[in-house]
Amino acid sequence: MRKLFVLSLLLAILATVAVTPTAPEKAQAQSPFRVAVVMPSATNDLAFSQSMYNALLAVQAEMGEANFQFVVQDGTFVVDDAAIALREWAIQGYDLVIAHGSQYGAILEDLALEFPDTAFAWGTDNDTFGYDNVFAYEAASEQGGFVSGVIAANLTQSKVIGVVGPIEVGDAKLYVDGFLAGVAWVNPNIQASANYINSFSDVALAAEAAQAFVANGADVLTGSAQMVVGAVGVARERGNVLWFGTQSNQTQLAPDIVVASQVYHWEVVLMDMIAKIQEGTFGGESYRLTLENGGLVVEFNPNYNLSPYLQFIADKVIDGIIDGSIEIELD
Amino acid sequence: MLTDILRASVAASAIRLATPYIFASLGETFGQRSGVLNLGVDGIMLMGAFAAYYAVYETGSLVLGVIAALVVGLLMGLIMAFISVTLQAEQGISGIGIYLFGLGLSELLFQKTVSTPTPINGFSRINLPILTDLPILGEILFNHNLLVYIAFALVPISAYVLNRTTFGLQIRAVGQNPQAADAMGVNVARVRYMTVTIGGAFSAMAGASLSIALLNIFQSNLTSGQGFIAVALVYFGAWRPVWVMAGALLFSTVNALQLQIKTIEGALGLDIPSEFAVMAPYVVTIIALIFASKRAEQPTALTKPFERGE
Repeated sequence: MRKLFVLSLLLAILATVAVTPTAPEKAQAQSPFRVAVVMPSATNDLAFSQSMYNALLAVQAEMGEANFQFVVQDGTFVVDDAAIALREWAIQGYDLVIAHGSQYGAILEDLALEFPDTAFAWGTDNDTFGYDNVFAYEAASEQGGFVSGVIAANLTQSKVIGVVGPIEVGDAKLYVDGFLAGVAWVNPNIQASANYINSFSDVALAAEAAQAFVANGADVLTGSAQMVVGAVGVARERGNVLWFGTQSNQTQLAPDIVVASQVYHWEVVLMDMIAKIQEGTFGGESYRLTLENGGLVVEFNPNYNLSPYLQFIADKVIDGIIDGSIEIELD
Repeated sequence: MLTDILRASVAASAIRLATPYIFASLGETFGQRSGVLNLGVDGIMLMGAFAAYYAVYETGSLVLGVIAALVVGLLMGLIMAFISVTLQAEQGISGIGIYLFGLGLSELLFQKTVSTPTPINGFSRINLPILTDLPILGEILFNHNLLVYIAFALVPISAYVLNRTTFGLQIRAVGQNPQAADAMGVNVARVRYMTVTIGGAFSAMAGASLSIALLNIFQSNLTSGQGFIAVALVYFGAWRPVWVMAGALLFSTVNALQLQIKTIEGALGLDIPSEFAVMAPYVVTIIALIFASKRAEQPTALTKPFERGE
């Protein structure tokens, strides 16, 4: 009887051990997915960095704070500083390390080789360097740019439109090209041109570029990257110059003159990356935000009185880009 | 007609762009003429820009904005003077320290207070009766905000102070031969404290001219390295206020010109690479600096700490 009792006890203990997760498994099941991101400008720049920061917040809201945590090092315009942060996060074992800026590509390529068990992501670009632990992401910003260009061409009275660009690369160039294509699609005789100031941060130069456009008769302006706050200020000061934003919603910079903003929703990309990493795929894929996948959204300023006709046109153009009936031809 | 508009627009743009450089370079001229090199100009500009912006953001008062910038600039100048004059630290290194301090602190304060770039109502353009309406000249000279006029007014004032006053003589003496100045009864440390502090105030005003007059907004690293160009302009101007202003105007004019040409190049049938256009101001300035350096007379004691009895 005693032997039977001991045997039953042993079986019970074995059964308990078998169905109870081991300590590490339990920790793994409960540990949050951890993401670390380096960004070139402030998380509230109303442009490129903020678009990613907002996406991280959206993912956290979706997954819950217990399941998703992130750290951000913003304002990292010195690439060497970014390299230090990215390496440290790789050592600390973050589940996904993101270099948010095309200027970080070279250092990310080296780090990905050095830490093959860490999942990295970078953008905006489509190059994974052929590594299976690197995701790349970019935005088809020419799509929203085209929509804005079409609206702008319909709104301009002077038939002069100006675009303030940073450096002629990445999503900024795509946006500018798309915008100009949209203007030309409506009326090729409109004088629309871009002025790249070759800086992502020189607010004063961006403002003067906008002043130059206004002095030459422009009544609609747009621009890309974080230095455009200076250019928006010029449009706001003039009062009769309209502005189109991109990357983040820029309505709050000038509520009376911002017509619409193309907003990046990187959460579309991030959610898929996270799912893949959790399934064991650490990279090797490149993503693209589009109007179709919801990664790009044209947000209209409710304070600006856009006519129902132009709203209809804008919606039709968005639909046309999504269903492929409108093809954007870039120079 | 197009040429006239273009000319007026370029000149007006150059004047606006030159304003922060003139404030900062004049301030740095005072310091360097007394023998102190302050590479922290950009950091002080950032602190001044934030202080002025925040004061206006909170109170709406432009006067308080200017006062806030001046107070912060004076304090930053005092810190630099303490490090370089009293502690006799290596001036280049301590200047970089001041720059990094200003860069980091202005960003931190901005994030903890305002957080998101938010426009304010800064200094408006002043409409001068008759003058502003003058063709071409009105657009170039009489269509600016108050801080632009103050910056240009400080040029002859600074030249007068440096060349025609006892204080100016003391500054020059301390910068050329501090031992001799000391022997003549000039308090070298006091003079250097004053010039570096004045320089701090001017630099802060340079920042304020951006945040509450020209751009009416603040964001991280708003100056984007303008303070370093201001230091270079002091060398360009051979430590003379009028030439410093000329350097600032030359640099800004080429910058304005390339912006204007890029704006209308489509209409003109041109296609100038943006890299070339952006490079132009620096190339022209370097070429001008080569010629200017021949007449440059650097203060002999520049960057050298003063030790009595050495």
